[in-house]
Amino acid sequence: MDRPIRVVVAKPGLDGHDRGAKVVARALRDAGMEVIYTGLRQTPEQIVETAIQEDADCVAMSILSGAHNHLFPKVVNLLKEKGIDDVLIVGGGVIPEDDIPGLIEAGVAGIFTPGTPTSVTIDFIRNNIKRK
Amino acid sequence: MDIKAGLLKKDKRAAARLISMMENGESEAVQIIKECYGMTGHARIIGITGAPGVGKSTVTDKLAKQLRKEGKQIGIIAVDPTSPFTGGAILGDRVRMTDLNTDPGVFIRSMGTRGALGGLSKAVHGAVKILDIFGMDYIFIETVGVGQSEIDIVKLADTVIMVMVPGLGDDIQAIKAGIMEIGDIFAVNKSDRDGADRTAAEIEAMLDFNRSEEYRPPVLNIIARDNGGIEELIRLVEEHWEYENKSGSYKKKKSNRLKAEVMDIFRDSIMRTVHSMSENTNIINELIQKVMDKQLDPYSAADRLMDEFTENQRHKF
Ligand code: B12
Ligand SMILES: Nc1nc2c(ncn2[C@@H]2O[C@H](COP(=O)(O)OP(=O)(O)O)[C@@H](O)[C@H]2O)c(=O)[nH]1
Ligand SMILES: [Mg+2]
Repeated sequence: MDRPIRVVVAKPGLDGHDRGAKVVARALRDAGMEVIYTGLRQTPEQIVETAIQEDADCVAMSILSGAHNHLFPKVVNLLKEKGIDDVLIVGGGVIPEDDIPGLIEAGVAGIFTPGTPTSVTIDFIRNNIKRK
Repeated sequence: MDIKAGLLKKDKRAAARLISMMENGESEAVQIIKECYGMTGHARIIGITGAPGVGKSTVTDKLAKQLRKEGKQIGIIAVDPTSPFTGGAILGDRVRMTDLNTDPGVFIRSMGTRGALGGLSKAVHGAVKILDIFGMDYIFIETVGVGQSEIDIVKLADTVIMVMVPGLGDDIQAIKAGIMEIGDIFAVNKSDRDGADRTAAEIEAMLDFNRSEEYRPPVLNIIARDNGGIEELIRLVEEHWEYENKSGSYKKKKSNRLKAEVMDIFRDSIMRTVHSMSENTNIINELIQKVMDKQLDPYSAADRLMDEFTENQRHKF
């Protein structure tokens, strides 16, 4: 594929921790991706609209506040409701191990917690985006 | 997804996908635009340019919100630089436009400069047409305005707003580099800061030197962050538009713009033809080698390439 992968990096909810999202955004850029950075305090509706208008291959969300079980599935479902099935959804931040299976079950393709090298995330996105 | 049908039904997904196809140089996208070209020409195109951080995205956000109050449909194309080393980019203009995300009458698209030969210009031209066909009343193009490709894009606009900030410094360089000729309106943003009036006066003085035509670009102090001066800025945009139409300079501008576009596309298609021709014959590399070995000079090498190209084209028919 010779086109750059387009990733929306978003911070859903009221969580103000944005260091991780910025680290991830820079790492994806350095891996040759086009990162649409949305900034803090995005509603699930805003994230989904951004993904549509930007024709994103991937939505990457970061949450450190503990609201992941509520917000991640909401974005997944909104995309589904709109009939969008070709966008890869990943998440990261401070997320307890026990919550991860439920999030995967809900349709988040991958969860990346503190200490994960960014190369792991990059490879995951490259290998799992749904459009060529 | 039937992209053309979707675009005509005002489906944002279709518009978004078509813009990507245009960015990626897919010929199917050009075909769709060809078929819908008759529907273009409605939108007003506004360029927003200036150095990084002066507040272009904030100005765009506020202008869009004001025009939305008047019921206008708004398209925004926000260009940020692609890293020449990795080909990646962080496109961060949406951070300032968060409330517009879910407005059904607004479509925002971020674009990296990508750096390919003529690529950006072609993609932005395409995106403007797509948003025009979509039915937008105004299309904003935000770009940093450095480098030839970005200056070319700004020239695509009917009206260009040059955004500056108090305490010129860096901007003086930009003015020297001829940026002064690009703006139709000069907005001194962040006029909550010290020195805003002085900066406006400095710009006026620069305009005395640099602008001789009948049209004199107005200089306006604004505070975009607080929505200060935004209505006035829209009034100036409308005044500029009226002037352009009355004086006939719009017609001239449009004809120049179309000429530049057609010649751009033509040049692009010649380059592609020559490169694909050379894929079989390796002629480009051979000629370069001859120039290296001083068997040929660069001028004669180019002549030979032209001969080869014409010969190649003749065989086609
Ligand atoms: C720095 C920090 C802050 C800074 C934030 C600065 C900023 N602008 O980001 C400040 C001081 C402001 C802050 C404030 C608060 N914090 Co704080 N903070 C931290 C701390 C110490 C480190 C976070 C950090 O920046 N790490 C460095 C970055 C690079 O790592 P990261 O975000 O984890 O990201 C990595 C991975 O998680 C992953 N990743 C992250 N996101 C994504 C997304 C995707 C798509 C992918 C693929 C990967 C990925 O990749 C990254 C790189 O490896 C954590 C504790 C901790 N050890 O995590 C607490 C922590 C997150 N904070 C916490 C709390 C409670 C708060 C406050 C509520 C405290 C208070 N009572 O005021 C406030 C709330 C602020 C707000 N508005 O939301 C709690 C959250 C508890 C919870 N989840 O239940 C933590 C966990 C501390 C704790 N153990 O209690 N905090
Ligand atoms: N003080 C002040 N800051 C502003 C104003 N307008 C925008 N800013 C800030 O300037 C910074 C850059 O704005 P942005 O719109 O992203 O600039 P761009 O890079 O030119 O698009 C942001 O932090 C804005 O909040 C203003 O009128 N006054
Ligand atoms: Mg900007």
